[in-house]
Amino acid sequence: MSKQFQFKLVLLGESAVGKSSLVLRFVKDQFDDYRESTIGAAFLTQTVTLSDQTTVKFEIWDTAGQERYKSLAPMYYRNANCAVVVYDITQSASLEKARTWIRELQRQADPSIVIALCGNKLDLSARRQVTQEEAKKYADEEGLMWTETSAKTGEGVTEIFTAIAQKLPLTAPGATRAGAGRTGGPSARAGVDLNKQSTTPGQPDACNC
Amino acid sequence: MDEEYDVVVLGTGLTECILSGLLSVEGKKVLHMDRNDYYGGDSASLNLTQLYRKFRPNQTPPTELGRDRDYAVDLVPKFIIASGELTKILVHTDVTRYLEFKQIAGSFVYRDGKISKVPSTEMEAVRSPLMGLFEKRRAKKFFEFLQSWRDEDPSTHQGINLDRDSMKTVYEKFGLEPGTQDFIGHAMALYLDDDYITKPARPTYDRIILYTSSMARYGKSPYIYPLYGLGELPQSFARLSAIYGGTYMLDKPIEAIVTDDDGKFVGVTSAGETVKAKQVIGDPSYFGAGQEGGKVRVLEEGKVVRAICFLNHPIPGTEDSDSCQIIIPQNQVNRRNDIYIAMVSHTHNVCAKDIYVAIVSTIVETSTPELEIAPGLSLLGPIYDKFVDITPLYTPTSSGEADNIFITRSYDATSHFETVVEDVQDVWKRVTGKDLVLKKREVEVQG
Repeated sequence: MSKQFQFKLVLLGESAVGKSSLVLRFVKDQFDDYRESTIGAAFLTQTVTLSDQTTVKFEIWDTAGQERYKSLAPMYYRNANCAVVVYDITQSASLEKARTWIRELQRQADPSIVIALCGNKLDLSARRQVTQEEAKKYADEEGLMWTETSAKTGEGVTEIFTAIAQKLPLTAPGATRAGAGRTGGPSARAGVDLNKQSTTPGQPDACNC
Repeated sequence: MDEEYDVVVLGTGLTECILSGLLSVEGKKVLHMDRNDYYGGDSASLNLTQLYRKFRPNQTPPTELGRDRDYAVDLVPKFIIASGELTKILVHTDVTRYLEFKQIAGSFVYRDGKISKVPSTEMEAVRSPLMGLFEKRRAKKFFEFLQSWRDEDPSTHQGINLDRDSMKTVYEKFGLEPGTQDFIGHAMALYLDDDYITKPARPTYDRIILYTSSMARYGKSPYIYPLYGLGELPQSFARLSAIYGGTYMLDKPIEAIVTDDDGKFVGVTSAGETVKAKQVIGDPSYFGAGQEGGKVRVLEEGKVVRAICFLNHPIPGTEDSDSCQIIIPQNQVNRRNDIYIAMVSHTHNVCAKDIYVAIVSTIVETSTPELEIAPGLSLLGPIYDKFVDITPLYTPTSSGEADNIFITRSYDATSHFETVVEDVQDVWKRVTGKDLVLKKREVEVQG
């Protein structure tokens, strides 16, 4: 029988390293050379099917530009199951920034979070400033997944999300059954659903006796 | 910072964040700054490090309190009324997708030295230990009257005109005792003092119906509460703003509000740089609150005392509720203003396991505010630790329409967010010239 799981994935990394482009490629298989800074999407979702017919639905949170002036809210990391920390292989400073974000994740996020370090803009490898050896060595030291991608050509993009899906503990309590999360309509968790219609005033609720 | 903005917003309290979220959705170019390195301003929820930095800068939190990151201690004790105005904004803006809510487990009222559940229906009123046998019958008739009231059907009015007759007249018609009036007016209509009694009954009726319909919505209490603390609310609206292009800068000291020769707003100076905008919105602390000199833009209209208490146990007499509100009506303790207790705990992800955080608050009436909350503190049982804060409440001196400087109000002593939403609606109208109309946003989540 096939199983469905849902996870929250957060994107991190310096401005203009291609975080949104990476997601746009993964979710819609599109690329836009002159993409403006992220506007208008609370989060996107995309599903990955693994070889055993298990499906993993990612709820992908973009920074909405709040990373620019040290203004990402703690809410952003809250309950994140996985993070993709992106740097630009043509900008060595962006790897430094990625290290800062990874330290921040290790401090703020759930200790079981799966982190992938991702060197983007592989199509511009002629202008490479960050070597594969350097990035891989750092990723190994910190116990992170690592890969290089090109949001422009699509190279490596689906692979990194699939690899994350495979690494996520599909039996752990952090994994929510699809449909039980915030995106899936009425919450099946302990909480209350604000979108529920109010009962008629004056009629005592059934559990109010 | 070299661009020009439509609106600069100062302070990331809930009021300011709702406004910048709504303005961004309208297409305004918003720059939102805060002097602190965290979101929330005066309505923030703090971790232990931040809490100690604020109240006890020379101490570090004791290790037995547990992990810093497990804490989100509210500075302002408020709950969300389930059927209230904030809920409508949360739903209409869809920020509910960033938040999870839990019910507050119980609503209690103090009477004659004891605390009891607030009855919310005639059924509950009949069983409540708050009233004697005959009083119960009278209260039952009163609740039946309220719940069967239809504006268009005079036969339901029993000779009462809600818009003309005072609440006193209504109470007298049903012969309700002063103690019963106390819990109806204070624990259900949520008035802080007794001024409402001599005024027309309509607003009181509306507030009681809001209470009972909120109670009926989820069952245990009329209140809901966001997991991880109230500080999640401003963060969710800040994200809404950012998604619609709003720019966020934390940790930005604001040195000056720059005006032209006519006193009209020009820009805001931070770290030596001035950023220009057409309008500025901000909380009172950015406009001279509590400071000497400069132009007076805000007035102090009273003070609130709040004691944040850490407990190792639930509050006695609340059936071990993991969260609750307790109201001590003013008449019960010979005061002019009520004392409120708001308690949340581990189940709301705001503190370590087996810790309970209760905030006791009231409007200051004397020169010894801490003594004024003593009746509230004494209901808590042994208190592990206590942080007392006396906060002035500020209100702007002008509407802002003349100088494009729009100032919000401090968070008042009420137990909920209805007055915060009133302030949002008021500032919105002053800033945009239009009434705030909530439109349902397009849902962008894909299947």
